[in-house]
Amino acid sequence: MSTVAAPALSVKNLTTEIRSRDQWHQAVRDVSFDIVQRETVALVGESGCGKSLTALSIMALLPPGVGRIVGGRVSADGQLISGIADAEMEKIRGSRIGMVFQEPMTSLNPVLTVGFQIAEPLLYHRDLSRRAALARAVELMDLVRIPSAAQRINDYPHQFSGGMRQRVMIAMALACAPKVLIADEPTTALDVTIQAQVLALLAELQRSAGLAVLLITHNLGVVASVADRVLVMYGGDVVESAAMPDLFQRPTHPYTTALLAAMPRSDRSSETIAPIPGQVPALAEMPVGCRFQSRCPLREVRCVERPPLRPIDAAGTHHVRCWVTGGAP
Amino acid sequence: MLRFIAKRLLFAIPTLLGVLTLVFFLVRIVPGDPALVVLGDQASPEALANLRERLGLNKPLLVQYVDYLGAIAHGDLGRSLTTNRPVMTDMLAVLPNTIELTLASLLIGLVGGVPLGVLAAVRRGGIADWLARIVSLIGLSFPAFVSGVLLLVLFAIQFRWFPVISAPRSGDILERLRALALPAINLGVIMIAYVTRVTRSGMLNALSQDYVRTARAKGVPARLVVWRHALRNVLIPIVTIIGLNLGVLIGNSVLTEIVFSRPGLGKIIVNALNTRDYATLQAMMVVFAFAIVITNVLTDLVYGLVDPRVKTP
Repeated sequence: MSTVAAPALSVKNLTTEIRSRDQWHQAVRDVSFDIVQRETVALVGESGCGKSLTALSIMALLPPGVGRIVGGRVSADGQLISGIADAEMEKIRGSRIGMVFQEPMTSLNPVLTVGFQIAEPLLYHRDLSRRAALARAVELMDLVRIPSAAQRINDYPHQFSGGMRQRVMIAMALACAPKVLIADEPTTALDVTIQAQVLALLAELQRSAGLAVLLITHNLGVVASVADRVLVMYGGDVVESAAMPDLFQRPTHPYTTALLAAMPRSDRSSETIAPIPGQVPALAEMPVGCRFQSRCPLREVRCVERPPLRPIDAAGTHHVRCWVTGGAP
Repeated sequence: MLRFIAKRLLFAIPTLLGVLTLVFFLVRIVPGDPALVVLGDQASPEALANLRERLGLNKPLLVQYVDYLGAIAHGDLGRSLTTNRPVMTDMLAVLPNTIELTLASLLIGLVGGVPLGVLAAVRRGGIADWLARIVSLIGLSFPAFVSGVLLLVLFAIQFRWFPVISAPRSGDILERLRALALPAINLGVIMIAYVTRVTRSGMLNALSQDYVRTARAKGVPARLVVWRHALRNVLIPIVTIIGLNLGVLIGNSVLTEIVFSRPGLGKIIVNALNTRDYATLQAMMVVFAFAIVITNVLTDLVYGLVDPRVKTP
């Protein structure tokens, strides 16, 4: 036994390709991070930057024929979980890693009762009887504050509001008390007031259960309120990773800077919002080298080579992948 | 539940009334004097007048129409022009045979079509997918009377596994099933074709849905993701296709009954056609219209069972 506990979730050099027009393109490149118990790590970036693909790769849920992992390793509690047999992975999903998806409207099965859907992981992973699993489902619904849980256990998803459905998703993901929770844009589809409630609930559950959380979001406001560490992704690359306050105080990668400048804030007038020029190139058209160079104001000749992710502070907690701004501390 | 059924039946009344009216006037538009048809051109004018009187044909059209509706409301479908027996009695005597045949082929369609469609969708391009394509091609392209004759030649005459004449004569269950087998398979293949196609495309759609990903993300075994999470959702289009095709099935059961010499509604119709028994034909059109309305109500009821979003009655 090592004296240092293994991280709850460890991702090393994960590289994932997706297929478009019969060609495989790297959509997640060399992504590494660790999450320890009670920690929230946020993956931030625009749509198509590879955040969700990273999550699906960890869960081995890439659609076959469309996505494939070509490199790297994922481990949970020190146990390797990437590249293992499907039957083995089924025992990990829902049991040791729970996952909450973005769309509460479509992510629940419309023809199965909410109670059964929450109870289901307990049937497979904990060998509970149906009755015991359903009893536990009521407790879980209470835990995520669904009012009158006992009466609603036989209701169907369409009888719940969006916020309540997302609570159902959370209850389902936490049914088997996993150590890791992956939340893929858990609040994006919800009203702002409901977003705050769901985030508060997640934070509270994390504290009480000591969860390690991987939060995927494009919303920097959400990041600021809950994350301990942030990884900014662009074009499948992690371009900057830093502890939470650090990123906002000292954004270094041009993309991070641009992202923060594009964020509406109450302490700035709306004229100062600076949208990032251009669009994320399609995977097939990604520039060689630094993938942000086509939109970057600081672009130089050496950007045609891919910059490494280098530490920029003495403690080695703040990393940036940029030739220009990511110099040594 | 009962209220729902009552309501649905109530809503069916205008449809039925329309069908009854259409049938009534269609039969009247057909040129030729029914009395002449029955008695032949050698009949004396007195006899013809007598028969017209008995059939009510000398009354004004509107009165005939009201009489006709009144009789049907009392469950009186009239009398056969050839046998002079009440059509209702003859119809009820063979109705169980037709229902038996329809249900058996429906069962074959479900038992064969659902698993085939599911397997075809799960392993696209695999053996099941290939088989599904062949079976639906056969089921949809062979007319029921052609496939029926082929089945007879092969399994009743060549191999002698099943009787050539599928009229169940004894009450023996085994004998009855043997007589039912070939006609039921003949119709069942058509049903398998429809069910397989809709199951396959429904499953392909369902398997790409978010809720399937959710199920996998919580560690539901792959087998149950398919058969519980995805298939449950496909039951809805399956019920639809069955509801729609019950009419086709009833129509094909007429042909099948003829090919296999099986007593049933089909036989009554063909006999009536051969003998120009307009009264029986008119009555049978009414019976089929009722049958289709009833299957539609049943379909709606089943929707409530398979889809919780349909307001359960």
